[in-house]
Amino acid sequence: MEDATLAQAQVLVTHDVGLHARPSVKLTKLAKAFGARIDLALAATGPWIDAKSIVKVMATKAPKGATLYLRAEGTDAENAINALVGLIERDFDERSGNGHAT
Amino acid sequence: MGTRLSARGIVASTGYASGPLFLLESDGRVYSGSGDAAVEAGRLTLAVTQARDAVAALMAMAEGDAAEILEFQVAMLEDDSLSAPSLDAILGGSDAADAWTAALDAEIAGYEAAEDAYFRARSADLRDIRDRVLRVLSGSAELAAPAGALLFGRELTPTGFLSTDWGAGGGIVLSHGSSTSHVAMLARARGVPMLVGVGSVEAASDDFALLDAERGRLIVLPDTEERHEFLKASVAYAQLVNAARSQMHREAMTTDGVAVAVSVNVAQPADVEHIDIGTCDGVGLMRTEFLYDRGLPDEATQLAAYRKVLQWAGEKPVVIRTVDAGGDKPVPGFTIEESNPFLGTRGIRLALKRPEVLRVQIRALLRAAPYGNLKVMLPMVSAAAEYDAAQALFEEEAAALAAAGIPHAMPPLGIMVEVPAAALAPEQFAHAAFFSIGSNDLTQYVMAAARDNGAVAGLGDVRHPAVLRLIRMVADFGREAGIPVSLCGDAGSSPEAIPALLAAGLRHLSVAPAQLPMAKAAIARASSHG
Repeated sequence: MEDATLAQAQVLVTHDVGLHARPSVKLTKLAKAFGARIDLALAATGPWIDAKSIVKVMATKAPKGATLYLRAEGTDAENAINALVGLIERDFDERSGNGHAT
Repeated sequence: MGTRLSARGIVASTGYASGPLFLLESDGRVYSGSGDAAVEAGRLTLAVTQARDAVAALMAMAEGDAAEILEFQVAMLEDDSLSAPSLDAILGGSDAADAWTAALDAEIAGYEAAEDAYFRARSADLRDIRDRVLRVLSGSAELAAPAGALLFGRELTPTGFLSTDWGAGGGIVLSHGSSTSHVAMLARARGVPMLVGVGSVEAASDDFALLDAERGRLIVLPDTEERHEFLKASVAYAQLVNAARSQMHREAMTTDGVAVAVSVNVAQPADVEHIDIGTCDGVGLMRTEFLYDRGLPDEATQLAAYRKVLQWAGEKPVVIRTVDAGGDKPVPGFTIEESNPFLGTRGIRLALKRPEVLRVQIRALLRAAPYGNLKVMLPMVSAAAEYDAAQALFEEEAAALAAAGIPHAMPPLGIMVEVPAAALAPEQFAHAAFFSIGSNDLTQYVMAAARDNGAVAGLGDVRHPAVLRLIRMVADFGREAGIPVSLCGDAGSSPEAIPALLAAGLRHLSVAPAQLPMAKAAIARASSHG
């Protein structure tokens, strides 16, 4: 029987350049470290996309100031959501506005 | 064997290189499908994996920006979502190459349609990914330019650049391209000479050629005299570069001890990321046409671009030029088609005809002003009424921002002196905050020699006495009237022209970032009276 732990959160993108190449690489890498299925959307109503796919995450073209909705399903869903929210809140561990081209 | 020919282009990265040409698009291999969906799917999956491995190998050797560009490409290639639509198309009867091309073209179109310039620029990465997989599929060799070759083609991808061995010299010549592309940035960082915008050149792979990316010239199958001259110029350049680099952080000063301000020209905000602000006196010209390359930009987009450069410059001045479209810089939906565009509705003339467009830019500039030391200049001004009309728009928009309680500041408003009428009667503009001489346009108008017509290129020399006399008149007037005068055309970074410009009375030049060390070195060799 499946352990259907569900978790969700919403978080504001404050990184100066939004969800661009380097942040997207970090986000999808972190998402892939968890067993849970993780989805991401730009609105509470979706459409939901796979947060482990850089192709799809980049295609959302989320700008600075966008609210990201995250939801996860699986045994480590809670940890996954906490880790991802933490990463986004920390501006992807980059000094915001350092102006590097990626 | 072809015949000797030469072409002119825009210098994207300064330097000299000679060697055999290597045509980037010469490999005409095409993919032949098997007709079996399972085989096609297997081939595509394998090609994507091999492309991923090749980019990962490049990444392992790269650093900084280059490594980041490649890491993104590796992550994209590792993602099954990228090939999923192609695999579906293969099941529908497509061959691997067609399916992959169609799927990636759809992704590329999505990025090209993005509002944000950053996302639009990623389309080049997607194209790079598409072509790399196609090369694996068709069995084409990787870019295997011989050591020291001059790569020639329409475009060069970032991985194409990074997989080339530059240890033995070599250079890049692009028929199209831009000096602000990723590859141009990489070339400048690596010190690889690069020319863009040379147009079509009828040359073949292995033709010996000389690349003079100081004066912007490519000579294919040169004669003995040209080889000799090239060697002399390249040796002199190497000596100058070594001397110039050691002087970069010093203030530019002539042999007789006169200080000359040297600022940089930037075409887009990303340009400043690679410039140490300590090596220049701010930005003498920030062009804003890049904002209009996909239609008319909104206020927020413009504000972000201006703010970035102002914050980078700190207390040093940043001169931003209002949109200078028209002439050789058409903007769809903005510029007007005219039979003689250089003498038509361009620069401030066009902007004043479309005040609703100019007002958006003015608001963004007013709001950016508090972030640094902003000055604004108007292009192609020929009559005082144009200056006054633009100034009135600035005042109206400032009043509206004040009424709305939005933070802003009024920047000093100056003019480009590039129309002979302005240079001959500068007293009309005695109320302007500063003058900046646009030597490219001033020269073409004084000499009646269009900038885009190679047949009369020889006439377009700023050192013609008529052009120099006008520059002197403007400099003299500025000194008497207490109006700062600078020059921001290509002549400002030409070591041949700098002595004449100093002799004409100029004490402030604005140059392309790549030319900064050489311009400072040329000033250090000149006296203030030429």
